[in-house]
Amino acid sequence: MNTKNTKSQEETEIKAEAGPALAVRNLWAGYDGKPVLEAVSFQVDRGDMVGIIGPNGSGKSTMIKTVLGLVKPLRGEVSVLGSEGDPERGLVGYTPQTELVDWDFPVTVADVALMGLYSRRGLFRRTTKEDREAAESALELVNMAGLRDRLIGELSGGQRRRVLLARAMAHEPKLLLLDEPMAGLDATAQHQLLDLLDELRAKGATVVLSTHDLSCVSQRCDKAACLNRRLIAFGKPSEVLTEQVLGDTFGTHLLMVHLDGQAYAYQHHTHTAGTGTAGIPGDGSPAIKSSANTATAAESTE
Amino acid sequence: MIDLIDAVKEPWEFAFMQRALLAASFAALVCSVVGVFVVLRGMAFMGDAVAHSSLAGMSVAYFFGGSIFWGAFAWAVPASLAITFISRRTNLRLDTAIGIIFASGFAVGIILMSQVNNYTADLFGLLFGNVLGVSWGEVFLIGIVAGCVLLTITALYKELLFTAYDATMSAASGIPVSFLQYLLPLLVGITTVASLKAVGIVLVLALLVTPAATAALMARRLPGIMTYSVVTGLIATVAGLYLSFHADLPTGPSIVVVATGMFLAALLFSPSRGMVWQHWRTVPLPSE
Repeated sequence: MNTKNTKSQEETEIKAEAGPALAVRNLWAGYDGKPVLEAVSFQVDRGDMVGIIGPNGSGKSTMIKTVLGLVKPLRGEVSVLGSEGDPERGLVGYTPQTELVDWDFPVTVADVALMGLYSRRGLFRRTTKEDREAAESALELVNMAGLRDRLIGELSGGQRRRVLLARAMAHEPKLLLLDEPMAGLDATAQHQLLDLLDELRAKGATVVLSTHDLSCVSQRCDKAACLNRRLIAFGKPSEVLTEQVLGDTFGTHLLMVHLDGQAYAYQHHTHTAGTGTAGIPGDGSPAIKSSANTATAAESTE
Repeated sequence: MIDLIDAVKEPWEFAFMQRALLAASFAALVCSVVGVFVVLRGMAFMGDAVAHSSLAGMSVAYFFGGSIFWGAFAWAVPASLAITFISRRTNLRLDTAIGIIFASGFAVGIILMSQVNNYTADLFGLLFGNVLGVSWGEVFLIGIVAGCVLLTITALYKELLFTAYDATMSAASGIPVSFLQYLLPLLVGITTVASLKAVGIVLVLALLVTPAATAALMARRLPGIMTYSVVTGLIATVAGLYLSFHADLPTGPSIVVVATGMFLAALLFSPSRGMVWQHWRTVPLPSE
């Protein structure tokens, strides 16, 4: 796995800095006093990329929002980069799910990237030339500088993702929290995004992302967090992504196939007619998909 | 030619027209700027509701011989906060909260006004504005209030922009989103109060929405939209006053009619989004 070889000595040193990038201890969190997350505990080492997987409603977004301080824990605690309480804003970057963003808003790509620097300037303060330069280099890093004057409504799905990422990393955060960054991207765009995240990690960032894409987690993440309101399992993908764990996480029986050292998951269909196993994804990417995606692919082929 | 110059100069020889011009221009200015956020956030009926409900405050003031302006103001502030509070803290939607505040204040206002002897004439003035009867004191007040709203927006521009665009992300950046989500409706409410004298309760919605909507058809980015909105609002005000003066028409509605005409012109002929150009620009498909 060539991507794992990119870990440099620098990255090892970063990990040695005080405390883990993220520590979650016995976390209960939710909305209106009703917990979505129950007794979740895990720890993310600095420089790691962690993939949170789980079905819809499993608490992936709630997890990310709690780390951001947008959802208050009902019980337990979250410590970000070694400090308790609300995270230091300048040290954390975040991209929301694309569908939660108002793409008709009359702002350009450059405007959105610049918003990533607002946390540096307090209330009543204007952004400075350095802020605009930082936004510009963030756009260059995600290869969007050429489209800086485009309105965000005129962008494709992959470009929208990259603008949000530029905004999240423009202030050079130490911890990046990405809510479903792969959703709606084709295989090429997904790999470009993951390569970019590896580049950021080489510079010292820690990445936590939620996804429905098991292949991304098994191939590119250092740790997998399998979430279904409780943390079903947390650890190296090769050790964690087993039939038992995925079955408990997604609530359906998944068949695991191992090929060339890769774990492939297929949903076992008991309710649909046809073959017992189905679900070869149609987009040509490595054939690991979440149960939701597999079910869609299987249904559409029948 | 001399007739034309006279027609241009004549209205401003009257002090009441000078006062009307100032009062209506202040109102149009602040409405056009606040209106951009109103149009982007879909808050149009928030402003309309605050305007209507403040009839209650105006009637109370009228009934007891106080200042109509401060009566409206004193009602508009809690009304706009209440709309935000109800929609944020209960499972009710924003339009439901608007409906409750809109109708209740208006009902209270009508009841109070019905107890006054020359009920119809006075109610008419409150509903449709009476900018030709504005006093220097009121002009001054409208100017101060409009100035305060504009100063607040200038000071918090980047926060208001970010929160209007993406509230979750701006909260994650440490921006006090809850505060701003109460502040913006409050500014809308105060803006409508500042505009009541110019266009009245019923038509304030037009001053809030039409210039900003016209601008959204003309410009791409927020600063450009704000500029176009202000220009549209001010042109409509001046042209509306001329129309009102020379054709002897009610002033508020004249301003609204001119603004609507400008909106239609932008809809058809905007350089980037005009429907006429779009029709011509359509590339014909190759024939089979």
